[in-house]
Amino acid sequence: MADQPLWEVFVRARRGLSHVHVGSLHAADAEHALHNARDLYTRRQEGVSVWVVPAAEISASAPEDKDAFFDPAEDKVYRHPTFYPVPEGVEHL
Amino acid sequence: MTDRGTATAAPENAPEQRRFEERIAADERIEPRDWMPDDYRRTLIRQIAQHAHSEIIGMQPEGNWITRAPSLRRKAVLIAKVQDEAGHGLYLYSAAETLGVAREELLDLLHQGRQRYSSIFNYPTVSWADVGAIGWLVDGAAITNQVPLCRCSYGPYARAMVRICKEESFHQRQGFDLLYTLARGTEAQRRMAQDSVDRWYWPSLMMFGPPDSESTHSEKSMAWNIKRFSNDELRQRFVDMIVPQAEALGLTLPDPDLAWNAERGHYDFGTPDWDEFMQVLKGNGPCNKQRIEHRRDAHREGAWVREAARAHAAKSRARSRTAAA
Amino acid sequence: MSGQERGSAHAGPDTALAAYVLRLGDDALVASHRLAELAARGPQLEEDVALANTALDLLGQARSLLTYAGSLEERLTGVLRTEDDLAFLRGEDQFANCLLVELPNTDFAHTVARQLLFSAYQFELYSRLAGSADATLAGIAGKAVKEVAYHRDHAAGWTVRLGDGTEESSERMAAALEAAWPSTAELFASDPVFAAVAAAGLGADPPELRPAWEACVDGVLAEAGLARPEVPPVTGPAGRGGRQGVHTEAFGYLLAEMQHLHRSHPGALW
Repeated sequence: MADQPLWEVFVRARRGLSHVHVGSLHAADAEHALHNARDLYTRRQEGVSVWVVPAAEISASAPEDKDAFFDPAEDKVYRHPTFYPVPEGVEHL
Repeated sequence: MTDRGTATAAPENAPEQRRFEERIAADERIEPRDWMPDDYRRTLIRQIAQHAHSEIIGMQPEGNWITRAPSLRRKAVLIAKVQDEAGHGLYLYSAAETLGVAREELLDLLHQGRQRYSSIFNYPTVSWADVGAIGWLVDGAAITNQVPLCRCSYGPYARAMVRICKEESFHQRQGFDLLYTLARGTEAQRRMAQDSVDRWYWPSLMMFGPPDSESTHSEKSMAWNIKRFSNDELRQRFVDMIVPQAEALGLTLPDPDLAWNAERGHYDFGTPDWDEFMQVLKGNGPCNKQRIEHRRDAHREGAWVREAARAHAAKSRARSRTAAA
Repeated sequence: MSGQERGSAHAGPDTALAAYVLRLGDDALVASHRLAELAARGPQLEEDVALANTALDLLGQARSLLTYAGSLEERLTGVLRTEDDLAFLRGEDQFANCLLVELPNTDFAHTVARQLLFSAYQFELYSRLAGSADATLAGIAGKAVKEVAYHRDHAAGWTVRLGDGTEESSERMAAALEAAWPSTAELFASDPVFAAVAAAGLGADPPELRPAWEACVDGVLAEAGLARPEVPPVTGPAGRGGRQGVHTEAFGYLLAEMQHLHRSHPGALW
């Protein structure tokens, strides 16, 4: 007999932070999954907000795509602030 | 496609194999969708599942005392602890599921006796002091084993272990505190504490597994950065930790060979009865059958509940589709 | 002090408040104990965690309430009983919890039914007590009301899942509600203690809680496709029930298990 569907759980630790993936659990539906996530992943006040997502609904990049997906960003140093030298003494830039 | 591992075998020395080995050599983490050798996957599934099973079977010996806890404060502490074990079981099943195996399958294997759990839970908790001895010795041994696993090469397992170690660090302290109170209590309480330490000391040493010379899975696990220290190294570390703690408790460890060895900078200690260990492992401990039956019963009695939850979810989806149409 | 005296018609507000807080504490203590019996017996691991959370919330409430009841009693008698004295050293007839909370966990549906009916009651009760003229009680209730709101929603979720789920689960849920229902009348029966604390603005008069409780429970039952059971309330000897110290037979076993270790070592610290 199949178990209940798998849900991935994301918790916002406190206001101002993003939701972060913390693990997964099984539940029959979204409400049930939210309750289970609250009970399991926030037993020690770890969160102020919880997301649950059916694991089957997540699309992920494949590791073998790593080169095509992520390496092209490697040489775009102009996307990072350290690329631009700032003359000594100039502030608030 | 979810972030579950399904990658299949690649030929030896294929680029995937090379990349895997480079990552291990560089002490990088392997993540679920990375290619990994089948053997690595199997080893991890076996180890994580055994670890998860140990957490949920471990709920029983301590849960045995919840309804008899002698103070409301201790009762709250014990409920929370047994609950943590359920939670840790869930974190670990969740990590195992990233390797492409379903929790339901793993539970079936446990219920059929085809996967193991820590043999220590096949001993009975016959007094309240056993709750303390389990916390101090069994959790102490578990933590000694687990802290290095926070750096295990498999990402989801390592992350689960970070969470577990953080939550479990004070379980040992709770157990110590319980025994400390008993050891300073009435004569009957002190006897209860000593008797409990007498019964749990040797089994806790056995928790690190057989001596390195006889350990079957260790070598490969070390090479893959799943295991960081050998059974004997960890056992020594544990003994070095508990000897001064036992002195602080004013309780005796039942080991005539226990002595400080200045040359080694470690305590010498006796050899556990490995025949007993093998017997209990084989299923002949006092509680092997009881623990598995309890698990099976809970699972079987819960079947109609889980089925109802699924049926309701399916009906709700059908209803909302009809409403939307 | 016997159950009879606690229900005395001559109770002044102080005596009544001590008896009242003890009733609330006993309710929470026994409800928590029944849930704690289920450790490692839940229908799935996630539910083991959820049941333990509820048991812990209720135990926390019980400890605050029993400690407070002990200190109120001390003002009257000069003798202090701690939370543990009250939990472990009273006999059956000295417990003043309602009968509903002692009903056994026959199956998961019975646990859900008991939790739904009880936490819906606690929610209405604590909502009002958060405004009690007694600051300590108001403080305890203000914290607890958030906890029981979650307990109620959790039990409501399961009532709907079981009621709507399969034929078997629906039958079990209906049978469980029918078994628990007769014990709900007691939740809303007044007596001199309740009347005295209500008159003094310290507590709630139980009959006032009924309409909101019914609306909540009826709403859940409707969503679950279940009918409200048509069964008469339990009739106790001379109208006496849990509040007056006359309990179910099963309750004696619950206490025997809970108290035996503590009582086996008189005066010991744990």
